[in-house]
Amino acid sequence: MPAVVSTARRRSGLRISKRALPYVLSLPALLVCIGILVPFFAAVLYSFQRYRLSQPWNRQYNWGENYLNFFTDPGFWNTLRVSLVYAGSTVVLELLLGLGIALLLQKRTRLNNFISIMLLMPLMTAPALAALMWKLMTNPGFGVLSYLASLVGLQDFRWASSPSTALFTVVLVDIWVYTPFIMILLLAGLRSLPTQPFEAAALDGVPRSFVFFRITLPMLMPYILTATLFRLLDSIQQFDIIYAMTQGGPGDTLTVFQVEAYLNFFQSTNVGRSAALLMILWVITYFLSFVFIKNWLRLRERARGEA
Amino acid sequence: MEHTSLIERILRAVALALVVVFFMFPLLWIFLMSFQTNETILSIPPELFFTPTLQNYTALITGKLTSAAGTLDIAFMRNLWNSVFLSVTSVAVSLLLGVPAAYAFARHKFRGSEDIAFTLLSFRFAPPLLVLLPLTLYFQQLGLANTYFGLVWVYQLICLPLILWIVRGYFEDISADVEYAYRIAGHSWFATFRKIALPLAGPGIAAAGLLAFIFAWNNFVFALVLASADKQPVTVGALAFVTASGIQYGQIAAAIVLSIAPTLALALYAQRYLVEGLSLGAVKG
Repeated sequence: MPAVVSTARRRSGLRISKRALPYVLSLPALLVCIGILVPFFAAVLYSFQRYRLSQPWNRQYNWGENYLNFFTDPGFWNTLRVSLVYAGSTVVLELLLGLGIALLLQKRTRLNNFISIMLLMPLMTAPALAALMWKLMTNPGFGVLSYLASLVGLQDFRWASSPSTALFTVVLVDIWVYTPFIMILLLAGLRSLPTQPFEAAALDGVPRSFVFFRITLPMLMPYILTATLFRLLDSIQQFDIIYAMTQGGPGDTLTVFQVEAYLNFFQSTNVGRSAALLMILWVITYFLSFVFIKNWLRLRERARGEA
Repeated sequence: MEHTSLIERILRAVALALVVVFFMFPLLWIFLMSFQTNETILSIPPELFFTPTLQNYTALITGKLTSAAGTLDIAFMRNLWNSVFLSVTSVAVSLLLGVPAAYAFARHKFRGSEDIAFTLLSFRFAPPLLVLLPLTLYFQQLGLANTYFGLVWVYQLICLPLILWIVRGYFEDISADVEYAYRIAGHSWFATFRKIALPLAGPGIAAAGLLAFIFAWNNFVFALVLASADKQPVTVGALAFVTASGIQYGQIAAAIVLSIAPTLALALYAQRYLVEGLSLGAVKG
């Protein structure tokens, strides 16, 4: 690519030839990102090394050992399980809740528009700060949620500090932050659906459950898929909420991929294991994003077509 | 929809009220808490009526917390400044790099253009720590550890894909014929870009910039890994706050309010563009 640019420059002096122009325009953005790609390849190498920051003299290639060790490592299976449970439960709950809210707000009334704008506020709150807000709300000393829990008879409900409810608490924060994301995508989808099928169904007196399952849902499917995959991609990598809330604790209750990799790197300084964990997460997200981008493109074509 | 029964309308209203309470209550509670003294906060049951105090905010803004135990320095204003500086600079750099690239991708179908555009998009979905952890080691060698330069560079991972894909969509919406007519009149491509394409895509570029700002501001993990205390933005600073001894709960709440107020204000201002931005240009609001 740089060769193309330089020959083009020579041929026409200072004027950039037509063929080279797009490369010249996109090159700076590319260079900035390529600089960031270098560490990615470093991570690939690290994942094949025995590499502890505390023992630099021991550093050497052990090839697949970091990965093979995972098979007999209960910590790894815990990480995989917690990550999948977290991603699965947040995405399913947010999808159901987001779809429900979008249906409630579907009519373009002034009140509905106002509410849908209000609901954007949690989404625009930094997830790490949202976790801190909920941490204050669930504080056993003065937290309003702890107080409410005690009112309904849960005297010693310990929210994120108890292993049995920690997952529930972070999932709740995730729902608070990200449900509006699904809601606004589906609301935009619902409002862009053509009206004729619904008018025809109303004329024929088709039952509303039939309309919902046979007309609304199928027509909304591209939006639902895009929103779901988008959230799944983010959720399987969740770090901010969990780290800000419990740092992966109590114990290893919430050591999802990125949290576990972070702790491996900075606390046990085991760079090799940390990199191998992230590589596995990367493979998962790569396949998800492949499916996602195909879907997203189709939706994008459609949106551009309507414009 | 016309023949909805009364029961159904009541159920809808109740459901909507519950939704509003669930999503709005935490923000309201933190907001109220930021005007309370420690005594009010710790009272059980929570007091609904209290005399508001500004002492939490004054402590944060002056950076000095005077209590019975002595004076404590709070570096929160420093965090706030870091957030402003990092977000503004990152978005400015991103616009400078991303808008020409977006124009190239929208107007010219050149060899490898789609591949490059998708590579840039895929950065948005890769696990950030995969890049960040090796980067800590590299930055130490390059002398970029804990520098604004290094942070702004890494923040491009958040801002650049967003700007590229949203702005590209806006450029694609402009009819190529308008630009072609201007070119025929004897103007250079740069004049066309500056006089025709940029103004027409202007609102979209502004919206993409605002959104990129919000995402940069809300980012947590980049600065957590790469920045020390003096370069940390509010997201990381507020976390250190919670564990710091001697800080009062009201001040944590006030810090959270100050940290989320800018993004909430911007989001409400730019809400028309949020749908498009959040879906990276796939859905129009």
